[in-house]
Amino acid sequence: MTDLTTLAPESAGPATHDRATELVDLVVTPPDGARHADADVAPRAARLRYVLRHLARRPGLVVAVVWLVTVLVAAVVPSVVASGDPLAGVPADKLTGPSAQHWFGTDQLGRDLYTRVVHGTGTTLHAALLAIAIGLVVGSVLGLLAGFVGGAVDAVLMRFADVLLAIPGLLLSLAVVTALGFGTVNVAIAVGTTSVASVSRILRSEVLRVRTSAYVEAARAGGSRWWRVLLVHVLPNSVGPVLVLAALELGTAILAVSSLSFLGYGAQPPQPEWGSLVAGGRDYLAGQWWLTTLPGVVIALTVLAGNRLARALDAEGNPS
Amino acid sequence: MLRYVAGRLVQAVGVLWAAYTVSFFVLWALPSDPVSLLLGTDSSDVTPEQLAAVRHEYGYDRPLVVQYVHQLGNVLHGDLGRSVSTREPVSSLIGDALGPTVQIALAGLLLAVVLGGGLAVLATLVRRRSLQALLLSLPPLGVAIPGFWFGLVLLQWFSFRLPVFPAIGDQGFASIVLPAVTLALPTGAVIAQLLSKSLVVTLREPYVATARAKGASPVRVHLRHALRNAALPALTATGLLVGGLLGGTVVTETVFSRPGLGRLTATAVQAQDIPVVQGVVLVGALVFVLANLLVDLVYPLLDPRLERRRRSAGTRAAATRVDAVAVA
Repeated sequence: MTDLTTLAPESAGPATHDRATELVDLVVTPPDGARHADADVAPRAARLRYVLRHLARRPGLVVAVVWLVTVLVAAVVPSVVASGDPLAGVPADKLTGPSAQHWFGTDQLGRDLYTRVVHGTGTTLHAALLAIAIGLVVGSVLGLLAGFVGGAVDAVLMRFADVLLAIPGLLLSLAVVTALGFGTVNVAIAVGTTSVASVSRILRSEVLRVRTSAYVEAARAGGSRWWRVLLVHVLPNSVGPVLVLAALELGTAILAVSSLSFLGYGAQPPQPEWGSLVAGGRDYLAGQWWLTTLPGVVIALTVLAGNRLARALDAEGNPS
Repeated sequence: MLRYVAGRLVQAVGVLWAAYTVSFFVLWALPSDPVSLLLGTDSSDVTPEQLAAVRHEYGYDRPLVVQYVHQLGNVLHGDLGRSVSTREPVSSLIGDALGPTVQIALAGLLLAVVLGGGLAVLATLVRRRSLQALLLSLPPLGVAIPGFWFGLVLLQWFSFRLPVFPAIGDQGFASIVLPAVTLALPTGAVIAQLLSKSLVVTLREPYVATARAKGASPVRVHLRHALRNAALPALTATGLLVGGLLGGTVVTETVFSRPGLGRLTATAVQAQDIPVVQGVVLVGALVFVLANLLVDLVYPLLDPRLERRRRSAGTRAAATRVDAVAVA
């Protein structure tokens, strides 16, 4: 089968790492995050102007970043965004539609849906980030080993990756959930498993590219130990495309985590979680539209914003 | 050509075997105990002797490697073991569930190809910048929408508010529409992304300019000249798309309370019914491998350049999963 990476020309490139982290600096920590050489050359004001002009031409990106920051705040300190108690209901107010008092309406126990969505953000986001971290770490170790050691180790590890890729992602996650049992952490592990193969492949190909470069040869000739060569010279220069992939995976991970929670394998009630909140509205489809619709809109917007930001990072790394 | 086919077949069987092996060790080596699950929550009144007897009956008391060899032998005879919760043979459970799932999966795939492909062609064909931007913004939206939520919203609008389609039960064609649309959304969005990207690249090729210079109309250039070439790279994603579709049935069949492979999977995971889950994983890998095999066999016929390149270089097959957003 033809390798699909040829279809996505932006997926790899030597300059990706520097440019990608540069954009992170640009977006997250505007002019102060000067870590790169060209930052010293360009005066601060000019750099700020560049960032502002860059963003002004991309209003969608600005909206995405603002949304993601809000979601992040909701995940870390939910009480700032919604002051109520997500578990406390007022039975008299049950199943009321969206209003000024209850922005997203209330559920069958009279709990405020907006508060529950905000307080569920942490659970969902936590699981998604944990999943990405697992995929990133395990995939990177396998990819580094395969690329750096080569030979039989490489062959075995890459065949293993092929097999993981042959099992449809959701089914692989379900198998892991069956084996480990239910719960948010197990769901995160299950979702992380699905990205191990792609991470290890991309890192391996980057390592293969980097390990033959002159500076690695120089480091070796200079008497560096193999692990020092690996960690100081090879890893930092090959990790860029993998980080872009991780950014792209955030949306997928949020969708996968909330799907598994929707099916009932993740967070258990009454703990709020995005996917299980949608599931909670299933019995009220006919009358109370807000119970399923609004939490789902929040999920979709977050995934959309995450993907938009990831694409911007990716495009910045590969101007074409 | 015969050697090529034989090579691909051997490879497909190898991947299947490896997928079975990986799923076996993931499912059986991990802590959960199928026997106590089998006996239910009131297993406290079961004596250790009875527990051991049940373990022995299922062969769970033997070393893992012995179990593996034994089960693999059974699989080769088409025996996937018995469900821990219903005691029915897994192969017949899967066989019964396959029909309804194939129905909605095929309908969903068809819909995804038509709508996704149509969107890609339209988006690259229109001249108005604003319209093009609007059309190209649809696929990322389709990728971001959670399938389970989309299915529920469809139910809400088209079964409850406007009773066009039945909410539950099997009433022939009308019951297939909403599940198929739900399945088609992410798949169609990925097809649209792959194809529009590939069309943009193809339309820059010199031969397209030649066709234009010779006076072919834009639509003709698009459909006759560019689309055929542009569709080829998108074709390689078939395995991934079909695999994704199969995964999507788990959520879709749960939302629409339909019987099928996805529903079987969801209940098996709920009951931690390991033999059934393993059977489903094997079926998933089989579908993926078959789809890729088909593409591998058809591709050289559609693109003779590949045949020539293969002869000169010798390709190493590589199964690749591109996640929906990775191609966004």
